[in-house]
Amino acid sequence: MRDTLIQISYLVASVLFILGLRSLTRPDKARRGMQQAAVGMLFAIAGTLLNHTIIDYRWIASGLIIGIVIGYPMGMWVPMTAMPQRIALSLTLSALAATLVGVAEFYTEIASGETPTHMKMAALGFEIMLGSITVGGTIVAAGKLQEWITSKPVTFKGQNAVNALVFLAIIGMFVYSIVDPTQKWAFYTMMAASLVFGVMLVIPIGGADMPVVVALLNSYSGLASCATGFAIGNVILIISGSLDGASGFILSILMSKAMNRSFTNVLFGAFGSDTKAIAGKSSEGLSVRSISVEDAAIQLAYAQLVIVIPGYGMAVAQAQHAVRELTEMIEKRGGEVKFAVHPVAGRMPGHMNVLLAEANVPYDKLYDMDEVNGEFDRADVALVIGANDVVNPAARNDKASPIYGMPILNADHAKSVIVLKRGMSAGFAGIENELFYDRRTSMLFGDAKASLTGLIGEMKNV
Amino acid sequence: MAILELYVFVLAAFVGYMVISRVPPLLHTPLMAATNAISGISLVGSLIAAGAAHNRVATLLGFVAVICATSNIIGGFLITDRMLKMFQSGKPAKDTKQVGSGAH
Repeated sequence: MRDTLIQISYLVASVLFILGLRSLTRPDKARRGMQQAAVGMLFAIAGTLLNHTIIDYRWIASGLIIGIVIGYPMGMWVPMTAMPQRIALSLTLSALAATLVGVAEFYTEIASGETPTHMKMAALGFEIMLGSITVGGTIVAAGKLQEWITSKPVTFKGQNAVNALVFLAIIGMFVYSIVDPTQKWAFYTMMAASLVFGVMLVIPIGGADMPVVVALLNSYSGLASCATGFAIGNVILIISGSLDGASGFILSILMSKAMNRSFTNVLFGAFGSDTKAIAGKSSEGLSVRSISVEDAAIQLAYAQLVIVIPGYGMAVAQAQHAVRELTEMIEKRGGEVKFAVHPVAGRMPGHMNVLLAEANVPYDKLYDMDEVNGEFDRADVALVIGANDVVNPAARNDKASPIYGMPILNADHAKSVIVLKRGMSAGFAGIENELFYDRRTSMLFGDAKASLTGLIGEMKNV
Repeated sequence: MAILELYVFVLAAFVGYMVISRVPPLLHTPLMAATNAISGISLVGSLIAAGAAHNRVATLLGFVAVICATSNIIGGFLITDRMLKMFQSGKPAKDTKQVGSGAH
């Protein structure tokens, strides 16, 4: 009877989780759907507490209370701009939970004198391996996103050889602990090596490649909880783990497509570490036209269609509210405004959309690359705010460029381009951007937020 | 038994793939937050480890795992809700615009 109740609670939870994720296809339905998924979670927890192997509720109660105390600020107080590192950190927590459960399971079996079956060791092995890789990787990713550690790629000679060795060690220990589960050292060595491997995997990856990495680690953490389900024979863990894994998998494929790069290239390519060699066309002999705030405001004021291209620079300058204010003024004067969001703009999938939504930009003005790229031909102004590589025409016409082949936003098709930029430093990839030297392009130098505030002030006088 | 679990895994991954590939890029960040919250389900395993009283080590590891998973659930669902609320508030703006243009 009890077991049936537990299984029913898991079934209800699984259905609500899937419906919740399905609701995310519609922005207006999504909120209610995810609230129902949260109810599903309550069902699953309540069901589990009925489990007859649970005899001591003291540790559980204090763990739940501490978790709630930590979780509340993580949910309510973290600003939207800190979302990428917040997501990375929560991946750390979920992978850590999976890993700890795996170790506890292994320790208990060994301590009770039983020998775990080979099948179980395989499941535990996957759980510990993927869990530890995710923990190591996401801690570094969160550190880079928060800029506790440099967001530039960290590389050294023979890096790939060292990684390959560590990887071989993991595989070796994995196989060995399946063959002979009593060898505790092999199991724990695998755990330590996986942790190191996770760190080594993310250390050479630069900030702009983070969307791919975070998505990939998301799918690892999903698979780790899947493996937990196999190890302890729990179906709801398998279901939610595979949902999580599928989501991470899909996102990482979308992200690498949007950069025209393969996983291997992102993970082992250390993009941009050797900027001199790959700088492509040099900018010598070309001149940049800078524009005053007054002139830029006049251009914007008389434009019929303005397409705004936000990039990571907008997030850094926290300029999203000023952007919204400016676009409202353009609209008040009769102009039309669209936002063109490149899939890899920012530091995580959908980063720009969330920032703009926070600033109350209606989401029907946010367009994906494919939807909006045809519109640039009739745009009077393409307003580039802190974006660089995603509008670099070299991706289209310079075979020697490292970003050649990456789909870009056609900002260069607009009648004029205004670029808000801090200075003339090259983008993340260290590549010169021809767009900035185009005769239709004018540069408005300075902090994005300050420039936008200036534009708003000038627009009032036009 | 293991083969049944494999069935569940393959079918759930299939459903996940079908459902999630239809999520628009607009909501990719909420999607990541949502799957994070759902992955807090590892609380189920943590609860059993923390409450089964097998031995001190397992109880302690389970206890820490309960903390991690719970904070993911609470934080994850709250932050997803916060984000989705913002996307919901985009909707009325669209509606009023349509109503407004209809009135002219």
